[in-house]
Order: sequence, then structure tokens, then C-alpha cells
Amino acid sequence: MKGLPLAARAFVGAVVLAACVVLVLGVRHPFNVGWMLVLALMSAALESRMPIVTGSSVYLGMGIPIGLASYIILGPWGAAFVGAGAVLVMVDNTVVKRVYNGAQFALCAFAAGWAYRYFGGPVGHLSASDFPRVLFPVLVAVVVLCAVNGLLLTGVVALAEKVPPRQVLAGTLLKSIPGYLGYGIFGLLMAVLWVGVDIGMLSAVLVLMPLAVARWAFSQYSAEQQAYEATIHALVQAVETKDHYTRGHSERVSRASVLIGRFVGMREDRLNALRYAGILHDVGKLGVPTKLLQKTERLSEEEFAAIKLHPVRGLEMLSDIEFLDEAFKGILHHHERLDGRGYPMGLAGSQIPEFARAIAVADAFDSMTSTRSYRGARTVDEAIVELIRCKGSQFDPRMVDALVSSLAKEPWVASGVDLVAELGQSGTGPGGDLDGVDGPIGADHDDPTFSLAFRDEAS
Amino acid sequence: MSSLARRIDERRGTMLLLGAALVLVAVSVVLALQQPIKQPSIALAFGAFIALGEAVRVTLAGDREAAPLGAAAALAYALIGRLGTVPTTQTVWDVIAVTAVASLLGALPHVAAGRSPRLDVLARRVLAAGVAAALFRPLYDAGNGPLGRLEMAHRNGWLAWVMVVIAVLAGLCDAAVAALVRADRDRAPFMPSLRGELRALIGLGSAIGATGVLIALAAEVMMLWAIPVFVIPLMLTQFSFRRYAGIRSTYAQTIRSLSRVTEVGGYTETGHSRRVSELALGVGRELGLSDVELVDLEYAALMHDLGQLSLAEPIPGGATVMTRPDEQRRIAEMGAEVIRQTGVLDRVAVIVERQADPYRRPHETVDDTIPLASRIIKAANAYDDLVGDSRETGRHLDALERLRLSMAYDYDPKVVASLAHVVERTSRLGL
Repeated sequence: MKGLPLAARAFVGAVVLAACVVLVLGVRHPFNVGWMLVLALMSAALESRMPIVTGSSVYLGMGIPIGLASYIILGPWGAAFVGAGAVLVMVDNTVVKRVYNGAQFALCAFAAGWAYRYFGGPVGHLSASDFPRVLFPVLVAVVVLCAVNGLLLTGVVALAEKVPPRQVLAGTLLKSIPGYLGYGIFGLLMAVLWVGVDIGMLSAVLVLMPLAVARWAFSQYSAEQQAYEATIHALVQAVETKDHYTRGHSERVSRASVLIGRFVGMREDRLNALRYAGILHDVGKLGVPTKLLQKTERLSEEEFAAIKLHPVRGLEMLSDIEFLDEAFKGILHHHERLDGRGYPMGLAGSQIPEFARAIAVADAFDSMTSTRSYRGARTVDEAIVELIRCKGSQFDPRMVDALVSSLAKEPWVASGVDLVAELGQSGTGPGGDLDGVDGPIGADHDDPTFSLAFRDEAS
Repeated sequence: MSSLARRIDERRGTMLLLGAALVLVAVSVVLALQQPIKQPSIALAFGAFIALGEAVRVTLAGDREAAPLGAAAALAYALIGRLGTVPTTQTVWDVIAVTAVASLLGALPHVAAGRSPRLDVLARRVLAAGVAAALFRPLYDAGNGPLGRLEMAHRNGWLAWVMVVIAVLAGLCDAAVAALVRADRDRAPFMPSLRGELRALIGLGSAIGATGVLIALAAEVMMLWAIPVFVIPLMLTQFSFRRYAGIRSTYAQTIRSLSRVTEVGGYTETGHSRRVSELALGVGRELGLSDVELVDLEYAALMHDLGQLSLAEPIPGGATVMTRPDEQRRIAEMGAEVIRQTGVLDRVAVIVERQADPYRRPHETVDDTIPLASRIIKAANAYDDLVGDSRETGRHLDALERLRLSMAYDYDPKVVASLAHVVERTSRLGL
């Protein structure tokens, strides 16, 4: 309780007091105590076993369907006791939080149960003749539960953490309504089997089984997804050890591409694909002999042709990864120019896929703001000037503007300035052979000044 | 031997399964034609969901085909007692006939799209439904059997437990048959295959079983509406599993692609890591590795040469078998270091790290701290370095001979023996 504002303490006290009153009054009403204990313990166990996952999506505990079944099975007073069982939930919470949660759930369940009964919902029995009439009181009960829960939650969060009430309401309450409705149906199904078919608590196990399994599979999925991301990043870094000056380049290009994509309004799934395209855009460089990539003198036509192959090589390597799909185009065409003088295909203007146009800008930007052997890193402002200069000839103006506007909002973390120090430390790592670091490393094929200069002379 | 005869001979267990299912289905269809099903609307409703489930079947991680909806609907049709107040009358044969016909119909869209109908999976589904029906229908006997009387006495709690037990038994039978087919296909020992199938069953299988029992029980109150209503949560489950399988296959595809960096970079021969991983997987399956171990083995085999990236000069032909032991070890260690950077593939890193270690050193006993996967990769890598993509029988024989000669120290004799089987089987060299 310490550290809580006075108003919040008063609020918590009032809620707990109200819940106590309901529970004390509830003792005088008959309900099946055995079932109540089973429901309460089950609910608490489920909530403890599957703790809250924080993130952008709203999380609804697995105990909620049990709560939504309890008022049909036991009526409002019994449901209040089941809700109060939330004090037993073993998530690392303080005692105050647990007591408050119990009180809040007890009040919610009581209000929902009361509404259910008020609108003619049968308590303790259900049969085929009750359908579809029973759906209406169930719907009302879910809405009431949502409303009471939302109000209490908003109250306590607004008072304790000083968040504007409207933000809490919009953030959690509105998003959780579909979930609650779904769980309301589950609660009804459980109750149908519990008191209608009369199989008791086995119904809870059976009804929740597919749900629990789905959730388990989803957690497996998330874990695998994270492992996947980590693996891609590590392997791409391994590839980058071939050329020390491009360390972290792929990651930053990916980041900048997403900034651009988000600004031009790409959907979330496309942004995700763009992110991967950014990370993987240069893997084909492995197919290019290192000495060519690092060469400082002007390249011969043949040598340049070898460099020009790297997007194609990248595509060849990755073509088996089905989900990349649109990302392929981004990887293949990230060196095309708006005026049609790029490579590998010489596409021009709107022929160039959107992903490729975004990556081209991000790529050039990171190249300019990174240290190269033949020059230091340029500042973000200098790089922007250069990008703007190439607008229309090399780059899609829309993408350049998107990057410039995004950078105005979010500060950019360019590549490490004391790169040489960093390299010195990692000299014993997998990239142990530091050949070429001391000597001159070649001009960067991603650098627009370099590529323009070369093209102008060559053409 | 003709190639068909050879195929049949090779896959005896699968053929046995298909034969048994065919006989069962033929008998039940004949019986159903002679004595038409008495409650056709119930059969039709369940049949429709079985077919739908088959049409939207999914491939799970570990290359397992599953049609949760179809399986749950078939189980429910085998276990349903009363629909409202009317006892159901379908026989065991009716259940088999409806399940078989509906599954085949549901498989038609897959055939039309050029995919395999996976007859072995269909046969398993029919057998599992048959087992559940054979255990339940005679005891229920249209409401007159002991289970029917239990139901009339409103002892539904007991009835429900009986159904749960029957569902579990049907699931176990299904897993056993699946293990038989898999052991057959992969030439793997039966027990590890069974463990793998049981582990796979626990998740999705319990959701399927629970849904089947729920539909069968809830039909007393909700009539046939119970099917669509309880199928919805199962769809959610199926969706989650498919997402998981999706990321797993993306993961595998990505590792396969990125492992080609050594080839694109000119360090190793084209196709080397893919060939080594296929050979290693064949050996791993035959030696009874679990699903998780096989995934680790595959990733490690694909990335076993990653350490070469940090070499200044590529080894001629990329063949590590030709390099000095200390150099081999250095490459292995550097590769492991890269893999360890991912933070999530530690087991794979250990496998890669130990691939250069000899199986036994002179005057010492066998070093059993070396993971089996490392020993497999060591042998598979050496074999592929020696043979490459050559199809000459002589080179294969020479390579095998060289491995055999080094069995005392470098290679695990068990692994080499199995590798010889796998080579013989997959290349059809007729050794």
C-alpha cells in the first residue's frame, strides 16, 4: 500500500469493503459449496499456470470462462465466491494486489450473475428447451461483467498510476470486449455440460482443453518466432564478418527500411516482410570475391559485372524461403535506379518494386552514415542532403521524403564511430582473420556518391 | 525384383495398414448397402464435418498430417449416445463406412490440387474411429446396453468418463499405427517412433479427443448444433498449430538457404551441406533419434561448414576431410561460435563443435561425451567430401571402404554401418 496516493488507497479500500459485504450476505444464500470450491480452485490454478503475457494485445486469463460459467451453475452469490478465489492466484503480486484482484473479480461476477438472473436466466439447470432464450441473459451478463470490470480497473489504474481514465478505457476495455464475448460462450457451453448434461467438473476440463492446447501451441509459436529472429540476425552478422566495415549494416538498413515503409503506410505484414528483406538484402555479396568488394581503384567492366550480380546471387540463395515472397523483389532490385541506370535489370520508375525503392534509400543512407576506410562517417544531415540531391534520378522522392520525415521524429543511431576499437576487441572471435582492416578497404558499392561517380565515368 | 514389388516389400507395415483398412471399409460398405443406415440425417451431418475436416487438414511440424476436425467428428459419431431424447442406432460398420466415405470425399480437393490424398492417414482415421466405435457401440446398443442404461439412469458423469477412456484408447491405437508407418518409412526402430508419435499426440490429440467427447455429450441438450459449436474452439487450436508448423518450416528453409553461404562464397562444393544433412538425417532416423534431436541434427549438418567462412583462403574443394585434424577442429570451433551467437541454438553449436573429434583416441576408451549427432555428421561429411555429387558406384564403394578402414579411431562403427544402409537404399547402387 505504501507509495499509493491517498485517493487510490481509498478506492481500493472501498472495493474490498463492498466485496466483503457481498460475500457476507452471500453466506445466507444456498448454493452448491463443493462446486463453488472446485470452480474457484480451478480458476485460480489456471490463472496461475498461465500468467499474463504483456504486449500490444490484450490478455484474457484462462480463468475467465470459468467465472462466466459459475453464475449459471451457482447463481450470483456463488459466483461472487468463485471470483473472490482470485486472491489465491499465484502470480508474483503483493498481498494488497491479490486482495484487490479478488475483490474486483467477486464484484464483477456478482454483478454479472445478478444481471443474468434478472433477465430470466435459469440457475443450476439448463435443458434443450432453454435454447435459444438463454443467450440473451448470457449476453447481458457478459456486457455487465465487462462494464464493471472496466470501471473498477479504470478507477484503480487512473488513481494509482495517474493515467488518464480515457486512455485506460480505450486501451484495454474496448479491445477486450470480443474476447469476453467469446469466453461468455465458452462459459455457457461449460455450464450446459455441467448442469445440463450433468457431468460436473469434467465439463470444465473438456471445454478448456482445446483452448489450453491452442494457447500452448501459440506460446510455442512465439518462442520459435523469437528463436528464428535471433538466428537470422546472428547468421547475417556472420556473413558480415567477411567485410568488417559493413558490420551491422543489414540490421540498420532493415530498421531504416521499416521507418520508410511505415511512413508510406504499408500494412503490418508487409512491414514485416520488408524488415526481413532489409536484413537479407546483401547476403548475395558472399558470392562476390572479397577483394572486389574491398578494391579502391576503379573497377573494370568485368569486375563491376561481378559486383552487379550480388542481388541475383542473394535471390538464388534465398529462393527456397517461401514466406519471403514480396521480399524477394526487394532483395533482387535494391540497386535499381529510378532513371533506369541501376542493376541487375535496369528497371525504371514505377517498374521498380516498392520494397526495392525503400531498401535502396535505406541502404544508401546507412552506407553514407557509416565509416569507410576511404572516408569517415558522414553526419545524418549531410547524408540527407545527398539523398535529396539524388531524388528523382536515383531514388524515389516519396521514399526519400518518408525517411527524412521519419528521422525528424526519431533520432537515428548510426553505426559505431569507434569501429576500429571494436574490431580490435573482436579480433579473437569468429572473424579472427582481420585481413584487410589495416590496409585500404575499397569503396562501398552502396554509397551513392561512389556508384554515381563510377557510372558517370563508365557510361 | 520389379520396382513395385520392391516398394511393397520395403513398406510392409504400411501395406498391412492399407490392406486392413480396405477390408474393413469394403465389409462395412457392403453391409451398409444391404441394410441402410437408420438415421441418415445424423450420418449425413457427421459425414459432412468429417469431409470438411479432411478438406482443411494441416501438415504439422515433423511432417505429420492431421485433420483435427475430421478426427473429432468421426470420434463423436462413434461415441454419440442420445440426440435430444432419441437414442442413436448406428452400428460399428456404419461408423466405419461413414468415416471412410466422408474422408475420401474430403480428400478429393487435395487430389484435384495435385497433392497426395495420403491414404495412410485416411486409413488411420478409419481405424481409430473403428476402434472407438467397436468399444462403445456394442456396450451402448441403441440405448439398451449397459452404457445405454447408465445414460437412462442419468449417470452421465460415468458415461462421460467411459467416453474419455475410449477416446484415449483410440488415440493410443492411432499413435501405434502411425509409429508403425513412420518406422517403416524411415527404417527407424519402432519404440523411438512410438515415443515421437505419443509426444505429438499429447497436444493436438487431447484437444481432438476432448472435442469428440464434448460433441457426443452435448448433443443431448444442443442436438446437432453441438458439432459446429464445439468445432470452433478446435479450429482455433488447429490454427495455432498451423502457425507453429509454419514458423518451423520457415526456420528450416532459412537455415537451409543461409547454410549455402559457404557454397556461394566458394568455400564448399555446391549442394554439399544439403547432401550431408539428408544423409545425416537418414542415419539419424535409422538410429532412432527423436524429433527434437533430428531437428538439431539437420541444422548442425546444414551449418557444419560455417566455420570455413572465417578462413582467409578456401580449402581446395572445401573438403575438410583432407585437412589436418587441428585445422578441422578450428573450423568446427569457429562454426560453433557463430551458431552460439544466435543464443537459441546451443545444442546445435555443441554438435558442430564436436564434429571434428575422433570417435576414439589411441590407448583410450570410446569418448562417449561426443553427441551421436556429431559422430553422424563426421561420417556423413567425410563420405560426401569423398564422393561429391558423383553417381559412380566405384567412388561410393571407395568412400565407404575408407570410412570402414577408419572405424577404429575416427568413425563410430554403428554410424558407418547405418550410413552404408542409407546410401544403399537411397542411391539404389545395389551394393
